Amino acid sequence: MLRRDLLAGLSGFAVALGTHGAWAQNRPTVAPGAPRFDRILVLVELKGGNDGLNTLVPFAEPAYHQARPGLAIARERVLQLDERVGLNPALEPIMESWKARDLAILQGVGYPYPNRSHFRSIEIWDTASAASQTLTEGWLAQAFAGVKRPGERRIDSVVIDNNALCATGGDLHTIVMQDAENFINQAKAMREMGTPQAANPALQHIMKVRAETHAASLGLAERMKGAPAPAKPYGEELFGRQLELATRILLARVPVLAVKVALGGFDTHAGQRDQHERLLGQLGRGLASLRQNLIAGNRWNDVLVMTYSEFGRRVKQNASGGTDHGAAAPHFVMGGAVKGGLHGTYPSFADLQDGDLKHSIDFRNVFGTVAKNWWGLNRDFGVRQPQTLSFIA
Amino acid sequence: MAVTAMLGRRAMLGGTALMALAAPAIWTRSARAAGTGFDGARHLLSRTGFGPTPSEIAQFESLSHDAAIDRLLRTARPDAATPPPSWIGITPPEARQAQQSFQRQRKAAAAAGGAPGTQQADGASPAAPPARPGNLQPKPLANANPIQEQGRELRNWWVEEMIGTDQPLVERMTLFWHNHFTSGLQKVRFAPAMYRQNVLYRRHALGNFATLLREVAHDPAMLLYLDGAQNRASQPNENFARELLELFTLGEGHYAEADIKAAARAFSGWGLDRETGAFRFYPGQHDTNAKTFLGRTGNLDGGDILDTILAQPRTAEFIVAKLWHEFVSLKPDDAEIRRLAGVLRDAKYEMRPLLKAMFSAPLFRDGANRGALIKSPIELIVGTVRVLGIPVPEKTRLVRAMQAMGQVPFEPPNVKGWPGGEAWITTNTLLMRQQILRRIVEATAVASADDGPEGMAPPGMMPKPGRRTDRREQMPPEMARPVEGRSLRGAGMSARLGPSLSGVDVSTLTRALLPLPPLTPMPANATPGEVVATLLLDPVYQLK
Repeated sequence: MLRRDLLAGLSGFAVALGTHGAWAQNRPTVAPGAPRFDRILVLVELKGGNDGLNTLVPFAEPAYHQARPGLAIARERVLQLDERVGLNPALEPIMESWKARDLAILQGVGYPYPNRSHFRSIEIWDTASAASQTLTEGWLAQAFAGVKRPGERRIDSVVIDNNALCATGGDLHTIVMQDAENFINQAKAMREMGTPQAANPALQHIMKVRAETHAASLGLAERMKGAPAPAKPYGEELFGRQLELATRILLARVPVLAVKVALGGFDTHAGQRDQHERLLGQLGRGLASLRQNLIAGNRWNDVLVMTYSEFGRRVKQNASGGTDHGAAAPHFVMGGAVKGGLHGTYPSFADLQDGDLKHSIDFRNVFGTVAKNWWGLNRDFGVRQPQTLSFIA
Repeated sequence: MAVTAMLGRRAMLGGTALMALAAPAIWTRSARAAGTGFDGARHLLSRTGFGPTPSEIAQFESLSHDAAIDRLLRTARPDAATPPPSWIGITPPEARQAQQSFQRQRKAAAAAGGAPGTQQADGASPAAPPARPGNLQPKPLANANPIQEQGRELRNWWVEEMIGTDQPLVERMTLFWHNHFTSGLQKVRFAPAMYRQNVLYRRHALGNFATLLREVAHDPAMLLYLDGAQNRASQPNENFARELLELFTLGEGHYAEADIKAAARAFSGWGLDRETGAFRFYPGQHDTNAKTFLGRTGNLDGGDILDTILAQPRTAEFIVAKLWHEFVSLKPDDAEIRRLAGVLRDAKYEMRPLLKAMFSAPLFRDGANRGALIKSPIELIVGTVRVLGIPVPEKTRLVRAMQAMGQVPFEPPNVKGWPGGEAWITTNTLLMRQQILRRIVEATAVASADDGPEGMAPPGMMPKPGRRTDRREQMPPEMARPVEGRSLRGAGMSARLGPSLSGVDVSTLTRALLPLPPLTPMPANATPGEVVATLLLDPVYQLK
């Protein structure tokens, strides 16, 4: 059943670039056992809409070079992964992971009826909703709704960024922070205080955040005491500092389910070339250092690192040396338990929708796969015929 | 239980406390029956301004609610009272030149083993700061990065205006338009354009929305921020067209993708003069073919697009809904929003009749709505400084505190602006808020003679060694400790409050500083400083 739907779905695409075989190996699903609380997801949001075409470059595709005379990456600069696609040279640092087969690249990730508004589209991703549906709860909160966590836990997720929507809502305990020590010191000073019964929603919100902060600080302080610093340093940029804090939390074995970081600046409407390669360089170096630190700290098998972004960008470049908002794009998944390689098919250039690539993987199936094969939770995120992907070994 | 008891006590003490305040007792007493009252005046002023002081409230309490609103809306000054930074007249070529010369200097200095902007390089001059009493502006640094330095001065200029203004509603509306028609210096990278955009928002703060919209579409900072200046017939750039429809006027779901594409073509050729940086139309870049926009077909240009948008009833509803969220309640009320949108349309987009109707709306005055909104970081900082009456000659630290709480003027996070509401309070920002307030409260303990208002800088923002982040060392020594009344707690009865709060009794202080009864018990025999400190640190102080 599952398999037939899958093939039916695929037949709609002109499979111009071939598949890497991952789809065909989609195993029959095994009912998940007890939820796993020892596995952590590290989400990396690429803010502004990352240009997938110049990330995973379809260098052998003539239509790519035609559509982007000033932006296409020349074949000889591409880090070739197979005879058709390769990585932007700025992503060289993650080639180590590719060669070690713990980097999966999901091709053509998106959703039906793509929305090209930054805010709406990232909301669709963060809440795992359909384009036509508005949900307020983040997908991580949905994934763990009604799942009883081990008793001693105070924090479910740490967001080291200002967008916490993916981890907002339900009974998920999320803390948002930039600096662990400061957080602990201040949170301790925030004593518990009763909330008046008739408090308005704004005051209730403040009191709830206060109580959460105080509770979280107690557990975190205990764990972070004497936590080792990462052996491999990160850059001084904001993204590097976020990864540094994420690494410390992971190495200190703070019992969390998810950590979120973000790299901004991908909204490259003008003068894209240098800006985009600079960002991919930061991303590549950051992910490579994260991998080395987690391997050294014996955490790599317990961590799944995954990128996401509101959309990819238009195939055709614009007059400003940039690209406008698009639709489907590739994403990275890394980790000791990851099944490396290319997954899914590169969207076809012969079948564009309003000048944009059509998706071949629904991101809700990616989230569903993480819920099921990483945490052991059955969640379809509203997809009528959910498919489990094979990027987790 | 405790709450009702407290309320009762407040209501009882309130009346007598007020007598002592500012207004002559005779007419206060007689007018109060008809007047909006202390709590009503406080509510109106805190929603439309920045943390009102007891005496500001006293000036309004005896007015009827109607008269109070009229007085708020009767503002005369179209421009800021604070003198603008010196560089607002420079042209783009001049700005480019200054930037290039800075970069050359930096390269040369790096080659010579140091970089401008490091402490090392600054070290020579501040050792003997020139004593310049009376001049609050520190000397500009010759070797600062011009764009960063201009950004700093620009932010400080606006914060100074917000703190000093006698028409706070104008600043609140300027801030509202800045958060609606967003632009950010980081993308615009030309500070004079950001300054002029701010001037535009202030002039139209309570003016006409249609006029403002048309001017915004021609505004150089906007043309840079949303890439309009790069929009050409041959390859249209959709950025401005999309946000115009989605965020500035109609809202999502009230247009199609095809309308965005048509609007982008209609605006093609709207650009900037390279020499002056002013708006310029390039006929050769304009798409003169037929376009269909929201059902209207023809050789439309940008003006036609704006006219079409303004003719849509939805536009007024969209603006009103956003104003409702800013001034009335986080909960939209569809019937009220439709009614008020009708007022705006009948007034041909004049803002004053709309604001008058909105501030008079029963839901605005409803008791359940008092203290139901969360202060933005700018409101929190500007309001606290205003209420305490503390002189802060150098605003950089205040801006840094705003940044730590998630709001930097002239740098909205993205084109949608700050989401506001409950989003202001996360585990991170709530900690920052408490910490910054605590530092203001405790400033005295640390801020004895030589330490200055160090407390204002949140810890994550502390200057790193070797990095030039502030210029306190260059200020005359007497400027380094400007916080009067800083002994809020810990200095016993000798604590001096600023003139805005000294001599005001506990009950009035409580009702002036908090919109709802405090959750923290007041220590017995608290000194005036301790009272104010306790109130500022109460969770209810975050509300307005």
